[in-house]
Amino acid sequence: MGVYDPAPGQRVFGATLPSYDELQGCIRCGRCLPVCPTYQQTQLETFSPRGRLSLMRAVEDGILGITRGVEEHLYHCLDCRACNTVCPPGVRIGELILRGRVAVEKKHPRSVLMKFVLRHILTGAGRAEILSLPLRLVRALGLDRLGALILGWIPGIGIKIRQLVEFSPQLGRPVRRELAHITESQGEKKHRVAYFLGCMMNVAMPEVSRATVRVLTRVGCEVVTPRGQMCCGAPQDDQAMLELSRDMARRNIALFEKDLESVEAIVTDCAGCSGALKEYAEWLHDDPAWAARAKSFSFKVRDIAEWLDAVWPAQMKLAHTPARATYHDPCHLANVQGVRQQPRNLLARVQGLDVAPLPDSFPVRCCGSAGIYNITHTAMALDLLDRKMQDVASTGAQLVVSANPGCLMQLDWGRKRGTNKIEVKHVVQILDESLDQEK
Amino acid sequence: MNPKIAAELRESIGGERFSTAPEDLVAYAYDGTWAETRPDAVAHPEMTEHVASILRMADNLRIPVVPRGSGTGLAGGSIPVKGSICLNLARMNRILEVSVADSLAVAQPGVITFDLQKAVEKQGLFYPPDPASVYQCSIGGNVATNAGGPRCLKYGVTGDYVLGLELVLAGGHVMRLGGRTIKDVAGYNLKQLFIGSEGTLGVVTEITVQLIPKPAAQRTALAAFPRLADACVAVGNILQAGVVPLVTELMDQGTTRAVEEFKHLGLPTDVEALLLVAVDGDEALVGRDIGLVAEILKKSGAREVRHAKSAQESEELWEARRSISPAIARLGRNKLGEDITVPRSKIPEMVSRLREIGRANDLSIVVYGHIGDGNLHPTILCDRRDAGMMKRVEKAAGEVLDASIALGGSLTGEHGIGIFKRDHVAAGLDPVALGWMRQFKRLLDPHGIMNPGKKLPAD
Repeated sequence: MGVYDPAPGQRVFGATLPSYDELQGCIRCGRCLPVCPTYQQTQLETFSPRGRLSLMRAVEDGILGITRGVEEHLYHCLDCRACNTVCPPGVRIGELILRGRVAVEKKHPRSVLMKFVLRHILTGAGRAEILSLPLRLVRALGLDRLGALILGWIPGIGIKIRQLVEFSPQLGRPVRRELAHITESQGEKKHRVAYFLGCMMNVAMPEVSRATVRVLTRVGCEVVTPRGQMCCGAPQDDQAMLELSRDMARRNIALFEKDLESVEAIVTDCAGCSGALKEYAEWLHDDPAWAARAKSFSFKVRDIAEWLDAVWPAQMKLAHTPARATYHDPCHLANVQGVRQQPRNLLARVQGLDVAPLPDSFPVRCCGSAGIYNITHTAMALDLLDRKMQDVASTGAQLVVSANPGCLMQLDWGRKRGTNKIEVKHVVQILDESLDQEK
Repeated sequence: MNPKIAAELRESIGGERFSTAPEDLVAYAYDGTWAETRPDAVAHPEMTEHVASILRMADNLRIPVVPRGSGTGLAGGSIPVKGSICLNLARMNRILEVSVADSLAVAQPGVITFDLQKAVEKQGLFYPPDPASVYQCSIGGNVATNAGGPRCLKYGVTGDYVLGLELVLAGGHVMRLGGRTIKDVAGYNLKQLFIGSEGTLGVVTEITVQLIPKPAAQRTALAAFPRLADACVAVGNILQAGVVPLVTELMDQGTTRAVEEFKHLGLPTDVEALLLVAVDGDEALVGRDIGLVAEILKKSGAREVRHAKSAQESEELWEARRSISPAIARLGRNKLGEDITVPRSKIPEMVSRLREIGRANDLSIVVYGHIGDGNLHPTILCDRRDAGMMKRVEKAAGEVLDASIALGGSLTGEHGIGIFKRDHVAAGLDPVALGWMRQFKRLLDPHGIMNPGKKLPAD
């Protein structure tokens, strides 16, 4: 039975984990099960945080090899970190699972295509922009719909192609090159902030970035946008490419260091990015040359909602055409950063908005976007999206507000798939529109 | 597992509901403790027929079956035995009915207890049993262990609310016991035999529970007692005054210190015990009762009493109680949580014996519990990797159980016997009663396939 026998550690995961002890910290109480979206969908232990940690521990204990099954179960995780928020002994389950992915990478590497995209395309706003040109062309010529019509009939991958076309957002005009290095505040300058452009924001929703800069300047912020920003590194971190994500972190830190002293905060309107930027201190904590620099950098990072709520001038009124809205917490904003109240505070300032609470907001239940999860695990992502859209419908909201490009694209996919007439917007877009109405 | 047998079992309930994958065997090897034994297969039934089918074939083939709800048990009751099929009931998780007219609910065993509570509260009804694992444990598991929680002094345990059960017995026979009424003396009361039987007699597949009206309000008081014995007497004094408290939670000094270090709530750490008392009822009643309780606590020797004037203040006092588990988890790498009950008057004696046991074995033991019903949770802090320490833990745990029995108590109030306390059951039961228990087990499970090696001592 071995009830009282301590198990030996193989140091398989230990090599890349913060510590093997932390893996042993799970007391198996099961508190994480009911909050885990993939467990909710399957009612299977292997799809739960406790189950995933147990698989890793079994590998450590020499009970299980690094099987294809272990790999699959570690990648079924959404990395939504809902489990972290309820774990009684405070085990950092989400982080451990990501480190687990690194340990299985040697035996079960990511696909060549995935590595290529993460290494060469999704590496920064500029690169993503250039390499999105073919996609723009395809879209402009309507080839995507045509392609979906023809290729959609291929058994097996046809449905995936149709889903991708249905999902993919309209690409706007990138904001990166039109942004001056310094954008002056409107009226009295009260703050100076550095702006981190997310890759997805710049390419897929540049209108949000424009709104962010407009709102920042309206509330008295001078906005510094350093040129040559890299991707935040979150997608690479998620897919076991630790060296690449650390490298991006170092390059971003070096780039922002010039302005670090003079700015009050580094802000970004992508919750995935703000989560990752705040984790730089942790990512580089064991790198003696960078640990202190990463700490000073992470210390100044604020999500846009967090920053705007802190500096919003009391006299600055917001008014919106009357509408019922609901707010969907991005997992990496709410579960990772604990930023729940600030976006709600901002929306509460807007006259005309009736904000109805979305069910399952604490801890937030993932919408299924989860970085690139909706592309790698489409069936599960769609099940979660359908549940989310039912929740949205139950609130009666016409306006669904969130704060992360992944969530916004996923929710917009939900809009396209459904029959409800709703609009999907970023918090800053609401603020931007409401300032205009007030003008 | 023999591939031919696995194929037959798989076919009987459908491919995706049966697995022998090594990853699944690892993930169903444990419960809420650190013990583990991998089963040979895992089945995920979605309806009573699936359960019946597994139990019929397993009985024919003499394969042990271990039912499992959420795997949150603290006695090893749902840990598989060698060569067994783990029967994961988590997918049978539908609430079938909430009847306001009959004040009852019908649920499948995999329903999370908290989900059941929420569902009935929407209709203004109340399902009182409230084990600490309420967010993750299943109602089926609650029936299997006759789970309690902190509200038992006033509201009783799971078994007090079960009106009817649907069960599947070894051999696949489906049986219904009880029904939808409170009063029912037709035939023998077999229902209670199955409640708390830890899956050793059959598998519960449907549960009908009685509900009561939801009390409108709750108020809480927190008292600091320089002497722990006074806190125990205070509970008796409150009952004497005609107030039946919703909860009476005791925290010893070690527990209080752990919580204070973890949460910095400003709790007094220089007293032997903190006592959290809550009352419930309508708004006017709770206001009056909590005032009375505060007064009695002071008269009974409390150095200071904080009593909540609003629901918000009550919540703040509750924060201390809710932080116990995480606070203790941070104290040591591992913990062994015991679950003894003793008559209330013996609690001070028990606590001092626990201190001696801790000292004699060089171990830290912190104590908290629901003292109104005499249920204490002495928690031994330990480190699994330290073999020498774990030997002492095993010895100390045995001494704790012996002390409890010597004071007229029980080995377990709400966690169950499982595998952990199996060696001690004989000492805690009347030998004649034990003989009959064995006979019942043989009668209902002639081939011994239902969760063997649990609940009763080895023959």
